[in-house]
Amino acid sequence: MFKLRRIATIKTFIYLLFLSALLYSTNSSAQDGHALFQANCASCHKVNAKLVGPALAGVESRWPSRDKIHSWVHNSSAVIKSGDQYAVSLYNEFAKTQMTAFPQLGDKDIDAILDYIKSTPATPAAAVGTTTTGASSENNGDRSIIFGVLTLILAIVAFTLLQVNANLKKMADDKEGVPAHEPIAFWRNKTYITLGTLIIFLIGGYYVTQGAIGLGRQQKYQPRQPIFFSHKVHPGINQINCQYCHVGVYQGKQATIPSVNICMNCHMAIQEYKGEQLTDANGNEINGTAEIQKLYKYAGFEPGKPWDASKAKSIEWVRIHNLPDHVYFNHSQHVVAGKVQCQTCHGQVTSYNEMYQYSSLAMGWCLNCHRSTKVQFETNGFYSMYEKYKEDIKNHRMDSVTVKDIGGAECQKCHY
Amino acid sequence: MDKKYWQNFGQMNETKASKKASDDEFREELPFEFGDKLLKAPTQRRDFLKYLGFSTTAAMLAASCEVPVRKAIPFANKPEDIVPGVSNYYATTYVQDGEAISVLAKVRDGRPIKIEGNNLSTITKGGTSAKVQASVLSLYDTARLRFPTIDGKEVTLAYIDQAIAGALGSLGGAPIVLLTSTINSPTTLQAINQFLSKYAGSKHIVYDADSYTGMLLANQTSYGKKAIPSYNFDKAKVIVSIAADFLGTWLSPIEFASQYAVGRRLDESNPAMSRHFQFESILSLTGSNADERYIHRPSETGAVAVALLNALNGQGASDINDAKLKDGITKAATELLANKGNALVVSGSNDPNVQQVINAINNAIGAEGSTIDWSVTNNSKAGIDIDFAGLLNDINAGKVGALLVACANPAYTWSNAKAFKDALKNVKVTVSFNSKNDETTQLCKYVIPDHHYLESWGDAEPKTGFISLMQPAINPLFKTRQWQDSIVKWSGAAADYHTYFRNYWNGKLGGEPAFNKALQDGVLLAAGTISDTAADTSKTITSSLKSAGIASYNNASISSAVTAVSSTSKSTNTELVLYKKVGIGCGEGSSNPWLQEMPDPVTRATWDNYVIISPAMAKSLLDIDLNDNGQSDAYEVHPAKKVLKVMVNGKGSVSLPFLIVPGVQPNTIGIALGYGRTEKLGKVSEKVGQNVFLFASFNGTYVDYSALNVTVEKTSDKSDIAQIQTHNVYTTVTGGRADVMKELTLADFKKEPDEILNDREKEAKPFGGLPAYEKQGTIYPYYDKPGIHWGMNVDLNTCIGCGACVVACHLENNVPIVGKSEVKRFHDMHWLRIDRYYSGDMENPTVVFQPLMCQHCDNAPCENVCPVSATNHSSEGLNQMAYNRCIGTKYCANNCPYKVRRFNWADYTGADSFPDNQNFTGVGQLDPAVHVMNDDLTRMVLNPDVTVRARGVMEKCTLCVQRCQEGKLKAKKEGRPLNTSLASVSNMPDVQTACQQACPTNAIVFGNANDKNSAVSQVRFNNKFRLFHSLEQLHTLPNVSYLAKVRNRDEEMVNNKEG
Repeated sequence: MFKLRRIATIKTFIYLLFLSALLYSTNSSAQDGHALFQANCASCHKVNAKLVGPALAGVESRWPSRDKIHSWVHNSSAVIKSGDQYAVSLYNEFAKTQMTAFPQLGDKDIDAILDYIKSTPATPAAAVGTTTTGASSENNGDRSIIFGVLTLILAIVAFTLLQVNANLKKMADDKEGVPAHEPIAFWRNKTYITLGTLIIFLIGGYYVTQGAIGLGRQQKYQPRQPIFFSHKVHPGINQINCQYCHVGVYQGKQATIPSVNICMNCHMAIQEYKGEQLTDANGNEINGTAEIQKLYKYAGFEPGKPWDASKAKSIEWVRIHNLPDHVYFNHSQHVVAGKVQCQTCHGQVTSYNEMYQYSSLAMGWCLNCHRSTKVQFETNGFYSMYEKYKEDIKNHRMDSVTVKDIGGAECQKCHY
Repeated sequence: MDKKYWQNFGQMNETKASKKASDDEFREELPFEFGDKLLKAPTQRRDFLKYLGFSTTAAMLAASCEVPVRKAIPFANKPEDIVPGVSNYYATTYVQDGEAISVLAKVRDGRPIKIEGNNLSTITKGGTSAKVQASVLSLYDTARLRFPTIDGKEVTLAYIDQAIAGALGSLGGAPIVLLTSTINSPTTLQAINQFLSKYAGSKHIVYDADSYTGMLLANQTSYGKKAIPSYNFDKAKVIVSIAADFLGTWLSPIEFASQYAVGRRLDESNPAMSRHFQFESILSLTGSNADERYIHRPSETGAVAVALLNALNGQGASDINDAKLKDGITKAATELLANKGNALVVSGSNDPNVQQVINAINNAIGAEGSTIDWSVTNNSKAGIDIDFAGLLNDINAGKVGALLVACANPAYTWSNAKAFKDALKNVKVTVSFNSKNDETTQLCKYVIPDHHYLESWGDAEPKTGFISLMQPAINPLFKTRQWQDSIVKWSGAAADYHTYFRNYWNGKLGGEPAFNKALQDGVLLAAGTISDTAADTSKTITSSLKSAGIASYNNASISSAVTAVSSTSKSTNTELVLYKKVGIGCGEGSSNPWLQEMPDPVTRATWDNYVIISPAMAKSLLDIDLNDNGQSDAYEVHPAKKVLKVMVNGKGSVSLPFLIVPGVQPNTIGIALGYGRTEKLGKVSEKVGQNVFLFASFNGTYVDYSALNVTVEKTSDKSDIAQIQTHNVYTTVTGGRADVMKELTLADFKKEPDEILNDREKEAKPFGGLPAYEKQGTIYPYYDKPGIHWGMNVDLNTCIGCGACVVACHLENNVPIVGKSEVKRFHDMHWLRIDRYYSGDMENPTVVFQPLMCQHCDNAPCENVCPVSATNHSSEGLNQMAYNRCIGTKYCANNCPYKVRRFNWADYTGADSFPDNQNFTGVGQLDPAVHVMNDDLTRMVLNPDVTVRARGVMEKCTLCVQRCQEGKLKAKKEGRPLNTSLASVSNMPDVQTACQQACPTNAIVFGNANDKNSAVSQVRFNNKFRLFHSLEQLHTLPNVSYLAKVRNRDEEMVNNKEG
């Protein structure tokens, strides 16, 4: 009898656990929206405040329909060209800075982002449940905290009920004169110990695994560079084409970091910084002119005297984007053949004062893009040999050819 | 087609050991202990768990924590034509002892990393050899001399110049002698003349380690020219070679191989081939390819030539007692006469008299003007042995004040090296320009090491009217100087050699633009000698070497030559032949790990020289009966072979292990030259083999590379030979090799051309015939290959087994060197191997070569068994290998029917995260050569586009996926269809695999099989009768196909089930 009941209590507990897990999982779409927002929008937008772009709270009320927003996100310049009034006014309001196009975001993704924006309260939510000390509610967002607290409360209730049940049984047994077992304190009860261990193992395992996966990944890596070089000033304010400095990007694997002579092309003439005050990530003020002087030191240049390029020394920049040795990545492949924008992987570089790693550079991140990005199937003569796909498109069996369709998700596209 | 093929003697006898071996993929016993032992094992379960826990923690600690800060350092001042990560190709010239091959150096981020043939060369037509391919590694040789020295102490160039000028000035009129190997560079010759004219009485002596004195002298007698003509093997319908290994090592092998292939390539609609007779004493690469091969004693070489001449003159093959040989000579003579004007006879003999007989033969069969072209001479060999012997006499007589040595190493290669070494002591001023501390350089007072050819300027005229230009592909790595620079400087010229060279060609070509164009092409051709190339031929370049013209044959001294040949001493004892290996040559390849590890095409042995003996001698001398299962296994299974002591009268002795090679004349033994170097030439060549140049003899006229009256003694010692002959052997369904490799005679083919096709169709019939076989022969689903479907075809008819592809694959794919000790343990890593098959008569077998690389099966057995899906299939038909996913179960290798997968048993490349993984002691200790390959300098040769694999992963041929990707990207960026059609002077396909590019005979084609115009589709379509896939009945659906080997024999293949 006692044994049976104990099994029953274990069952209830497991059921409760399962239930709470289920509750977590229903949370996922809003989660995705959040993640997508962080990955794609957050560098230029905040929900409740203006950043590079407008605050996004209430964005749906400002556009006639979600469809319009979809097309704006996919290709904002087309919408501006179409003469949409709000679009044009927005364009003018933000000093004619164009929003990066996100063709890789599907309509569902954008909807998820919009849902997330909608679900975000106007003011940051007050911290909830400060008393909860369980390991279950960390990093999970607002709703998950609520669910976590609920689970915990339910667990406590269940635990109390179990204790009550045990006490009642004991009393009943006493009354009937059934010899009672010596009660075991719950911290010595093997069932509880096992369950506790299991929970700690699962949670610990999850974090260890996540940590291990993240080893060697450096998203958001923003090291201090030998010279405070601001992309915001160069390609941003002064609108220098990326390729002017990153000369290899159309030709080879590396986009290449510009050599000193490329810097000196302009900085022979531009000898002091007169723009707005520069600040680094920690809020320290940076003297732009002093940074230019640092460049002159490397270049061996003295203002007013002719420059001898052969005296220049290389600048040892800290490398931000590191791929493992077994990954073959080619910039020209993406930029020339794939016509991918720099910003897709590097973010809104024109707004960075200090460069950082925008994307995770994880394999999953590469593959996600390969699965959704379409190749230049109609315009590039190379794809003329894919006759089967031409046929399929003609017969409406497929609407477009993605990188994956031409083998872009196979091992030896990048590993050899 | 029930002919029996065997790769080794065990296979021939079907011995137990051979069967066991072919059942197992991995030949070693794994060091696991089973059963009762397990409990008593030194490592117990609890200990094991402790170690496991500890190593896991250690690995986590080592792997985690901090990501290192990496630097990205751009150029300070970027050169315009260099884009990091993009390769540039520079046309230059590989020069080695007179052999000049036009090549392209692939330069990646400033480092030459690969050598490719230059398509514009009319000599090589884009072909290369193993030596040429491997030459890029000698640039990064750790044993190169790095600075000038006087008496071994480092000095500056300025100081040594001054010192030598002083020394030369105080000679008191004693002449200076410049000793070099054959020089065919017009500018160098001019510079030498300038230098010589400054010092009165000075001389230039040409010395070739590999002497062609016999031919040069004979041609002087017969044609009045001390020169060697051009040979046109492509025009020859009948080729007779008397001991000339013209496909491997004789004169100009790349050129001859490419010409030879013209006659061997079969047109199925009109089957005709050249016929090749080979008479030789040991089984050479060329002999292996011959249609008819006959064996004779080395001392009979002259007799065979005379007999052939007599037979041509209608006197019959006199003086030949051996019936088979006599038949062969008669047959060859008949064929030669029947093809007058389209026949060619060559001989590898260094005896001027024999060569005179050969000249007479060629005159009799009308070879001059067709297969022998005197209007264009071959300038790759000019050394006369008597000149060098004369120099020794002069030195000993005190008549030489200074000796300057460049590109020559007589202290090692001269037959009487001791005499040279002793003589050198009598020379007041000795200067060496050699780039390594070789045997001669060690004895010289002044040393100014030469640049590597990839660091040099220069030119070469290997054939009259054909100029190949040399330009540096990298800045000099060390404080070295090109030796021509020194000569130019010491002759008092103000300019350096580069300026000298530029001025010379600017003058000849009429200006900088033409010169730059010539440098870009790498080749220059005199007008009239070429048809259509992209090279600028508007300028007529008069040859700077020997004047061209038709030589007339003069038979005045032929009878005395015949008499002399007939009176040469014969022998009834054992005779010795000194031969050269394709890779090692006269020792120039001995410090190159790639060449040392390349298996010899015939013996399939690496890292050694040895005594090759015939099966008959094995029986008589060593009591090994190869037809006896037990004895052949005992011989073959263990790498340790008995050491034989070889003694040549008055020439000392050498002790070397033996190998039994069917096809060696029963009374002849052979030993390869070029081994037995010292540690001063680097750790690679140290303790590898023995030097046998001492067995060569100078008889007053020429150096003879064979010896009579040799004593061979058994010793009780044993020494290991790392042969890969028995590795990678596997059983087939039928048990025969004909499933893997197919051979037939021309007679067979003419009689029933579609025999192979019919067999294939019969096999596929239950599945609806060949076209439906792919889909219906399996229960696995069928997958589309839209767009690209890579395919390769190897024509066994034109493949000569030279091994250029094997080395090219090493370079391109960073295939590691494992060293002799690892090869011995079946750990060789070659992605591409060339299987050698014997068939027929044990004493004189027929040989077939078959290059075997990963077959990229569309229904691959390896893919299905990988537990982690590290090997899987691409939509382009490639069998892919993801190294980082591989956990090293080796299931795939076990399941591969072709045995082409290679496992990294040890950390050969130093790519492992733990540095101590290379420092084994005891079992598994890596050879010095492996560590040499891991030196920072040597590692500069690695291809940055290919992962350097760490220990514990499986690897194999990828069909040069990095080249496929690069080619596709090029086409994609240009927005045009992929071009994989046949390469020619005017058509450069987007993708060529490394093996294909290296092949001198274009036996390998590669491309998109979905494209009807691709080279591979064309070849498959045009050769459907000979087309086959290896082990096709397994339904592996390989993407590599083969064309069956056809031998030009009259008889049909007999049902030969011997042994």
